Amino acid sequence: MSEESGLIYRISGPVVTAVGISPRMYEVVRVGDEGLMGEVIELHGEQSVIQVYEETSGVKPGEPVIRTGQTLSVKLGPGLLTQIYDGIQRPLEDLEETMGVFITRGVDADGLDLSKKWEFNASVSVGDEVSGGSIIGIVQETETVEHRIMVPPGKSGKVTSIQSGEFDVTTTVCTLEDGTEIAMMQEWPVRTPRPFIQKNAPDVPLITGQRILDFLFPLAKGGTAGIPGPFGAGKTVTQQQLARWSDAQIVVYIGCGERGNEMTEVLTEFPHLMDPNTGKPLMNRTTMIANTSNMPVAAREASVYTGITIAEYFRDMGYDVALMADSTSRWAEAMREISSRLEEMPGEEGYPAYLSSRLAEFYERAGRVQTLGGGDGSVSVIGAVSPPGGDISEPVSQGTLRIVKVFWGLDAGLARQRHFPAINWLSSYSLYPQALDQWYRDNIASDYPEVRTKISSLLQVEAELQEIVQLVGSDALPMDQQLTLEVARMIREFFLQQNAFHDVDTFSQLDLQYEMAKAILTFQEESEKAMAGGAGLEDVVNVPARTDLMRGRFEEGYAERIGELLGKMSKQIAGTMEDN
Amino acid sequence: MSGKEYRTITDVKGPLVFLEKTEPVAYGEIVQLRLSDGTMKNGQVLDTSDDQVIVQVFEGTASVDRQTGVKFLGDVFRLPVSKGLIGRILDGAGKPRDGGPEIVAEDMADIIGAAINPFSRESPEQFIQTGISAIDACTSLVRGQKLPIFSASGLPHNDIALQIARQAKLVGSDDDFVVVFCAMGITAEEYNFFVHDLERTGALENAALFVNLADDPAVERLITPRLALTAAEYLAFEHDYHVLVIYTDMTNYCESLRQIGAAREEVPGRRGYPGYMYTDLAMLYERAGMVKGKKGSITQFPILTMPGDDITHPIPDLSGYITEGQIVISRELHQKGIYPPINVLPSLSRLMNAGIGEGKTREDHKSVSDQLYAAYAGGRELRGLVAIVGEDALNERDLQLLKFADIFEDQFLRQSRDEDRPIAEGTLDLAWDLLTNIDTKYLVRLDQKWIDKYHPTESKS
Ligand SMILES: Nc1ncnc2c1ncn2[C@@H]1O[C@H](COP(=O)(O)OP(=O)(O)O)[C@@H](O)[C@H]1O
Ligand SMILES: [Mg+2]
Repeated sequence: MSEESGLIYRISGPVVTAVGISPRMYEVVRVGDEGLMGEVIELHGEQSVIQVYEETSGVKPGEPVIRTGQTLSVKLGPGLLTQIYDGIQRPLEDLEETMGVFITRGVDADGLDLSKKWEFNASVSVGDEVSGGSIIGIVQETETVEHRIMVPPGKSGKVTSIQSGEFDVTTTVCTLEDGTEIAMMQEWPVRTPRPFIQKNAPDVPLITGQRILDFLFPLAKGGTAGIPGPFGAGKTVTQQQLARWSDAQIVVYIGCGERGNEMTEVLTEFPHLMDPNTGKPLMNRTTMIANTSNMPVAAREASVYTGITIAEYFRDMGYDVALMADSTSRWAEAMREISSRLEEMPGEEGYPAYLSSRLAEFYERAGRVQTLGGGDGSVSVIGAVSPPGGDISEPVSQGTLRIVKVFWGLDAGLARQRHFPAINWLSSYSLYPQALDQWYRDNIASDYPEVRTKISSLLQVEAELQEIVQLVGSDALPMDQQLTLEVARMIREFFLQQNAFHDVDTFSQLDLQYEMAKAILTFQEESEKAMAGGAGLEDVVNVPARTDLMRGRFEEGYAERIGELLGKMSKQIAGTMEDN
Repeated sequence: MSGKEYRTITDVKGPLVFLEKTEPVAYGEIVQLRLSDGTMKNGQVLDTSDDQVIVQVFEGTASVDRQTGVKFLGDVFRLPVSKGLIGRILDGAGKPRDGGPEIVAEDMADIIGAAINPFSRESPEQFIQTGISAIDACTSLVRGQKLPIFSASGLPHNDIALQIARQAKLVGSDDDFVVVFCAMGITAEEYNFFVHDLERTGALENAALFVNLADDPAVERLITPRLALTAAEYLAFEHDYHVLVIYTDMTNYCESLRQIGAAREEVPGRRGYPGYMYTDLAMLYERAGMVKGKKGSITQFPILTMPGDDITHPIPDLSGYITEGQIVISRELHQKGIYPPINVLPSLSRLMNAGIGEGKTREDHKSVSDQLYAAYAGGRELRGLVAIVGEDALNERDLQLLKFADIFEDQFLRQSRDEDRPIAEGTLDLAWDLLTNIDTKYLVRLDQKWIDKYHPTESKS
């Protein structure tokens, strides 16, 4: 038997052991009579251990295993956007065509349509020096995104030929003097980070339109965030909100081991939702990976790598990319399942000992970089975490929190009260504000950081006062503290709460967020004055204009009206003094 | 397949049988065991290699010995499916239990089922009216959803499931549901309760039952829901039925899963349940939904009893991570004598937003539901405070909320077992009536335009 093909020795769920071949680690192999796709994950004496990306029932010992010589890679080029893939970059639409509505197995599908022709516009000329990452031409991939065709990393030289025109992605569009032929498509092994020149410190916020995120716990472009929370607390809605409204140029959304319907929802909605930054459908900038909970676990394990490699590729073009992974816990569980089939020594809670290093390696692929081509690009990574029982002392949450710089902690108690987003404002944190403050001062308002500090300290004070209230009731507090409680209630109900399903409330521009925060502080100041002048707490709290100001946020054109509403409120509050 | 019989059993451990030196046997293949007294048992291959095969025996391994003959049937487990399943009662392994003939197969379907391509799904968005206010207003159900009932022993989850099965309808449509009922390890008494109710209402003729009772083999429970869902898929996607699958009790299913894991000496996950339980449960729950180009649908109502009333126990926890919400039954409300004792606060329907609103239920539904939640949550929280400081320490707003919580439980949640409230004039109007107990200035979740239109005393119409 040749080295190129061997035989199956054992099958245990998604893990197959082969003998008679000596492949490389992470090499892709074809397993069994149906040629199921698998990847070598362990070499063990005579045996090669393979994780198989498709269902293995019916496969028998003695069936063939064939090497491909390739490592698990993705195809990168025009056609990635608007696509929805499974964990190993098979377009789900193609799978539907060949298999029908149920995913069976043994079918290959290319990650990019190899026959589709794209209009390529060269941007270099014969004689130009190019190297890995240099942009050699442009394809208008979707209405809003131009796909910048790059020299693959590791290649360089003088351009000896280049042509514009209509080509498919495998046709050579450019040759270098050493004979290197460059097509619009390149391939890249998913488990290897794509190279860049250097990482730069993130100093621009990723604006999400979500008030609690942007204002209190901001994420920087190129930063990392973790969203742990029990089921039903809002991980998916938050991730989807980011995919909808964040001001990234490219979005990669990975549904990793979660619900089928959630992916369908994104798929049906995004082509009709408009990107607030371009006014065009959100789908134009989006690539989705869907390896749902009932799809093979090995492909779930791979899905995260497939996604981040695509994200890095767009980063290399000089774009700001945001990647959401929902949920990284399901990825970790896939690792655990495979590891236990390998009979590896388990670490904490049965997870493999390498769990935390895999998590770190993944988040390390985020960052703002100077690209090989000399541009500025970023990948921001936002990972949902699903801790069992909502208890974040478990390994995946802990492994994540050690790495990420932003922690959006979801709270079951808030979700039960339908306080959404159910992000706990006391336990959450962001390590970015310092790096971003200059940007806020320059772009939004010179006192933005101070306003933020005031708002968060009011929430802190409220938490302390609430402890007393629990013992004695709010009426027992002095008037000024009762006012503080009302101001804090206003922060929670008017500012922090934000309904993702409300057409208007779903998204707030950063300057409006700032105006709203200022309005709350104005309420506080005016009320203090009025109360010093004899007005009662009930009087100031109940001025009708305050209700109008708060309810107004659900109405179109709020940004234009808030100033006027605020003026009315101040006037009415001042008026309460005269009534007394 | 010729079906050579092996007598090469080396070990028997719990429900597992280990054999050596066979011809190549496929992973997942179905196995027949013949005991020395002629009894037959069935099993399935869990692990296979040149040297050893591990078989899980559905009926348990009692009386299996080294002389037991083992035959590999050369195929995976299949259920004979046909329209004729409707009106039939089968056992937990898919054999007739009602004395009727074998099912005449229109097809033999692999019971593991294949994943629905997410690209091929259709978003569920048709509101199903259950006539139960707590569900319709606060955790609205849509066709194609998987919405479990999280209950605990001694609570009336079966009554609620049956009331839903009886009353569920699509407003403005007369397509009926067929019910696929799947029992896993429940008592004969509980089973009879279901059957009698289905019989009483004539629903039995429109139902297919798969029954594994408490004294039936425990390992068989791993198969039973797969049979039921295979039948459901066939009826929904080959014959255009809208299928309502009720399966109970998922907790027994998970216990069987744990038993297999222990017998295989796997590294256990939380509280001894296998690390792959999430994936395993997903392979059941995800078999709900609607798909493009097919008329039928599968709506699932799994029932599970939370061990120790603990919602963070792995069984409800992993379920909640997969299903599209949950209806949580509360012992506290039950003890107060409220039926249905649904605690809406931890309950959730994730597909609600797609199914409600103008043209579906009513334009104010979302707003009303949010307001009910906020007010009831506020009132319940205050109960704790009042117990310490008394009502005197409360301000006007708090007093109103406190009172509202009682009214909500007594008048909104409470309804009789055969009361079928229509969504708009029944449930939502009732909600507005009850909300008059709170000053509108405290009703901050309500859009002003709905107050103007629907508030019984403040509306402008
Ligand atoms: N920002 C929000 N606005 C409105 N509703 C929300 C919001 N976040 C979460 N929800 C509600 O909570 C439910 C559960 O949220 P989801 O993100 O699916 O939870 P998780 O992914 O943590 O299980 C949603 O179906 C929705 O009803
Ligand atoms: Mg989720």
